[in-house]
Amino acid sequence: MKDAALKQEYDVIVIGGGATGAGTARDCAMRGLKTILIERLDFTAGATGRNHGLLHSGARYAHTDPESASECIKENMILKRIARHCIEETGGLFVSLPEDGLDYHAAFIQDCLKAGIPAEELDPKEAVRVEPSVNPEIIGAVKVPDGSVDPFRLTTANVMAARMNGADIMTYQEVTGFIKDGTRIVGVKLRSHRDGSETEVRGRVTINAAGIWGHRLAELAGVRLNMYPAKGSLLIFGHRINRMVLNRCRKPGDADILVPGDTICVIGTTSTRIPYDQIDNMEVNPEEVDLLLREGVKLSPAMAWTRILRAYAGVRPLVASDDDPTGRSISRGIVCIDHEKRDGVEGFITITGGKLMTYRLMAEEATDMACRKLGVDRKCQTASVPLPGSEDTDDDRKRKSHIIELSTEQKAAGDRHGSLTSKIVSDDDAADALVCECEQVSVGEVNYAIEELHVHNLVNLRRRTRLGMGTCQGELCACRGAGLLERHDKCTQRSLDDLASFLDERWHGMYPVCWGETLVEIQFTSWLYEGVCGLDPSEVKVTENPTQH
Amino acid sequence: MMTLQQQNISDNNFESCIKCTICTVYCPVTAVNPDYPGPKQAGPDGERYRLKKPLFYDEALKYCLNCKRCEVACPNDVRIGDIIQSARIKYGRHRPSLRDSMLADTDTVGTMASAFAPIVNFTLGLKPVKLIMDAVLGIDDHRTFPKYSSLKFETWFRKNAAPSQDKFKRHVAYFHGCYVNYNYPQLGMDFVKVFNAVGIGVRLLDKEKCCGVAKIANRCVKDATRDAEINLRSIREAVGNGCDVMLTSSTCCFTIRDEYSHVLKLDNKDVRDHVSLATRELYRLVDEGKVKLVFRKDFHKRVAYHVPCHMEKLGWGIYSTTLMKMIPGLDLVRLDPHCCGIAGTYGFKKEYYNYSQAIGEPLFRQILSEKLDSVATDCETCKWQIEMSTGLPVENPISLIARALDVEATMKANGVE
Repeated sequence: MKDAALKQEYDVIVIGGGATGAGTARDCAMRGLKTILIERLDFTAGATGRNHGLLHSGARYAHTDPESASECIKENMILKRIARHCIEETGGLFVSLPEDGLDYHAAFIQDCLKAGIPAEELDPKEAVRVEPSVNPEIIGAVKVPDGSVDPFRLTTANVMAARMNGADIMTYQEVTGFIKDGTRIVGVKLRSHRDGSETEVRGRVTINAAGIWGHRLAELAGVRLNMYPAKGSLLIFGHRINRMVLNRCRKPGDADILVPGDTICVIGTTSTRIPYDQIDNMEVNPEEVDLLLREGVKLSPAMAWTRILRAYAGVRPLVASDDDPTGRSISRGIVCIDHEKRDGVEGFITITGGKLMTYRLMAEEATDMACRKLGVDRKCQTASVPLPGSEDTDDDRKRKSHIIELSTEQKAAGDRHGSLTSKIVSDDDAADALVCECEQVSVGEVNYAIEELHVHNLVNLRRRTRLGMGTCQGELCACRGAGLLERHDKCTQRSLDDLASFLDERWHGMYPVCWGETLVEIQFTSWLYEGVCGLDPSEVKVTENPTQH
Repeated sequence: MMTLQQQNISDNNFESCIKCTICTVYCPVTAVNPDYPGPKQAGPDGERYRLKKPLFYDEALKYCLNCKRCEVACPNDVRIGDIIQSARIKYGRHRPSLRDSMLADTDTVGTMASAFAPIVNFTLGLKPVKLIMDAVLGIDDHRTFPKYSSLKFETWFRKNAAPSQDKFKRHVAYFHGCYVNYNYPQLGMDFVKVFNAVGIGVRLLDKEKCCGVAKIANRCVKDATRDAEINLRSIREAVGNGCDVMLTSSTCCFTIRDEYSHVLKLDNKDVRDHVSLATRELYRLVDEGKVKLVFRKDFHKRVAYHVPCHMEKLGWGIYSTTLMKMIPGLDLVRLDPHCCGIAGTYGFKKEYYNYSQAIGEPLFRQILSEKLDSVATDCETCKWQIEMSTGLPVENPISLIARALDVEATMKANGVE
C-alpha cells in the first residue's frame, strides 16, 4: 500500500477479509464511498475458508429457523445470478435413513414450501438413481436447490469488485488499536505481519467484519461483544463421491452434510463450544475424525473406501444479539450493531452472525447503516450487478463455445476464474506448463494470480488458484510455485521460508487422517523435500500461524 | 476408535497414485508427442476431473498406445493404462470411424481377405492402392500390410493335424489368434510340431473369436465383449476337459488374462491361471523335468529378442529368452526395453504413423547396429513393425525352436512314438 493513499481519510474502513468484509467493501465502494479493506492475514483465512462450501437452499433451517431459511433461498437465487463462476448448481437431497424415521421428513417439506424453498419429494429408488452414491437403504428423499459455492473464489471476486470501484485493499495488517476523538472512532492503528512496521489509517466509519475475531476487536474499541466460538471439523475426500449435496433429513447434527466442491467432496461438521482463547488453535482430534467417518458412511457408504486428503476445523461465531452476558439469547441470524446507539461509541459498526450464504445481505445491512451515518443516500446494487468473473462477456461466450477443444488446465482455470480466464496467458508452451498437476494450475494462471489477486506467498496462491489442494497436497507444486513467487519477490531466503511454511501447513491438515495412501504420500513428500532437496524442518520459520489457513 | 480409521483404505485404484510421475518417465508416447499429457495426468489425475465433470475428458487420451509400460513402472500398482482405456471407452466423444472398425474387426476382414488372399495381397501392396487408402481411410501409405494366407490355420489343422492328436495322453488347447489363422498359419504349425514332439497333443477351442485387443483399442466395446464372452465360454469348456489354453501371441494372452476383467469388466478369475503363453508352458515343463528338448547340431544363428510391451507387463520375457538360450547354436542378443511403436492398429493410422515410428526409432537403431540374422519376439504386430522398419526377418520364439529342434531325437527323449 502506497503511503500517499494512507494519508487521506476514508469514508469507511472495513476490517476483516472474509466474505462479509469483502462483500461490505464491495458494497461501500459501489455506493461511491471511499473505502479501505483491511485484513489481518490473508483473505478467507478465518471461518470463510473453513466451512463446507455449501450453497444452502435454506432447507436445513426451514424447520428450526424459518427466517434464516427464507434469507438463504433468496440469497441462493441472487448468488446464482451474480456469482455464477463461484457456484455449482448441483442440487441437493435430504434423505431419511431407517434410524431417522419419517416424522421430520413429513413436516420438512411443508416447512420448506412455507419458506419459499422449492422442495420436491422423490421416491427413494428414484433418489438412488439420480444420486448413486447415496446410502441405498434410505426410506425418504426430498430434492432441494442446494449447491456448492467456492468461498475462496467468492471472496476474491468481492475484493476485486471493491478494488475496481476504487477501494484500497490491505492484507497482513493487524488492527492493534483504534484512534479515538472523544467518543468517536476516527481510525485504526495497524501493525504489518510482514515486516512489523506500524501505520495508521483514518476513516469516518469503521465496520468490524472480523467474524469471531471481532470480539477482540470490539474490546480494543472499548465495547463488549459476546461471542461464543463453536468449532466445526470437516474431512476432505480425494475425489467427488457425490454429484448432489447430500443432507440427513433430521434435526441438524454431526456429519450430516456431504458437499461436492470442485474436484473433491467434504463431510461435516462436528460442533463443539470452545474457549475464546482457543480460536487460533484449531486442531482436529481423532474422536472428531472418527465421528465424521462413522456418521458420514451412513449418508454415503463409499466414504468408507475413499481416500481422505485432510481434515480441518473452523470457528462459527455465535453472537448474543444484545449485551446479555449470559449468552442465552444466541442468534444464528445476522447481527448488525450500531455501537453509537448501543454503547455510545460513534463511527463504529459490527456486522456478524449470519453465514457464508448471507454474506451479501450482511454487507448490505452494514453498508446501509454506514450510509445513514455518512448521510449518503444510494441504493444497494450488489444483488443485480455480477461479480468480476461472472460477467457475460463476448470472450467468455467464445471460450465456452470452444470448451471441448480446450486443454484440461484451460477448462479448470475457466471454472476457477470465469470470464476473467481471458486474462490468463495461455498461448505459449511456457505459460501452459503446469505448476500444480493435481489441480491443473498453469504457469500462466499462477502469474495472473501473483499480479492481480494480492498474492504474497504460497498459501495466498493456494487460495486463489487451488495450487496444492489436490491429491499430493503440494508434493510436486510447492517448489515450482515457490520458484515462480521468487521471480516476483526476488528474495530467495523468504521463498525458502515460505516453501517450508507451506509444506508445514499442508502436513498439519494431513496429520489427523494420516494413514493409508495419505501416509505414503506425506512420506514421499518428506523424502523429496528433506531427503533430496535438503529442507531442514527444524529451521522452518513458520511465517503464518498454520491453524489460520 | 482406531478400527474405523484402519478400515478406511481406498478401494479406488487411481487413489493409490502418490504422484511420483515415474510412469510418465517410462511412457513412450510422452517422449515423442508433447500433445499427450502423459499417463499420470491422463490416468489418475484426469480421473478426478472426469468424476467432477465428464466435460474434462481430454481427446488427447487417444494418443495412448495401451502399452502398459506405465503400469510396469508404477511402484504402487496403479492400473494407469486401464484407467486411460476405460476413460476412452466411457467418455470418448467420437464414434469409431469406418477405418477404425475395419482395423478392429480382424475376424471379418481376415475371413474375407483369406478367401481372396493372392488378389488382396497383390492389391494392398500397390502404391496407388496405398495412396487411396491413405487419402480415403486414413491408413498411412508407408505402412506395409501383413500378407493374408489362402490357407486358414483352422482348415490346415482339421485336415492335417487333428486326426493324429488323439494318440497323446496329455493335451493343451491352442488359442491361435487371428494372425495365425488368417496371415501366418506357419506359426501355428510350428506350435503343433513342438508340442507334439514333446508328447503333448493339441486341440482347438470349440469356438474361437478374436481376443478383442484391437476392438478395445478402437473402442468397439460391445463387439469386444461379445467376442470375449464366446472365448471365455470355450476356454471354460477346454479347462473343464483338463486342457490348459496356450497362446503364441503375448498380446492375445495378456488381453484374455487381464483386459477382460480390468477393461471389459468380465469375470475370468476361474480360468485366468489356465491361460498361458506357449514359451512359458514349455519352459515350465523343461524346468520341472517333465519334457526334454533336443536341438539340431547344425543350427547357427545370431538373434536378438525384443520384449513386447504386453510381455513386459506379463513379466514373462524371461521364459522366452531362457528357452531360446537352450538352443546351442543360437547367439542371443538382448535388446534394451523399448516399445516398437506400432501398438496393434495404432501404427496403421495416418495421424499416428509418425509418432509410431519415432517411438520405435531407438529400438530400430539398436537392431541395425547389431549384426543379426533375425529378430525374435512373441507379438505379431511388433514383428510387422520391426520387419518394416529394419528389413530384418522377425519370428516367434516357438518358430525358432521348431526349426532348431531335432524332432526325431526329441520325440525319442520324451517317449513319443
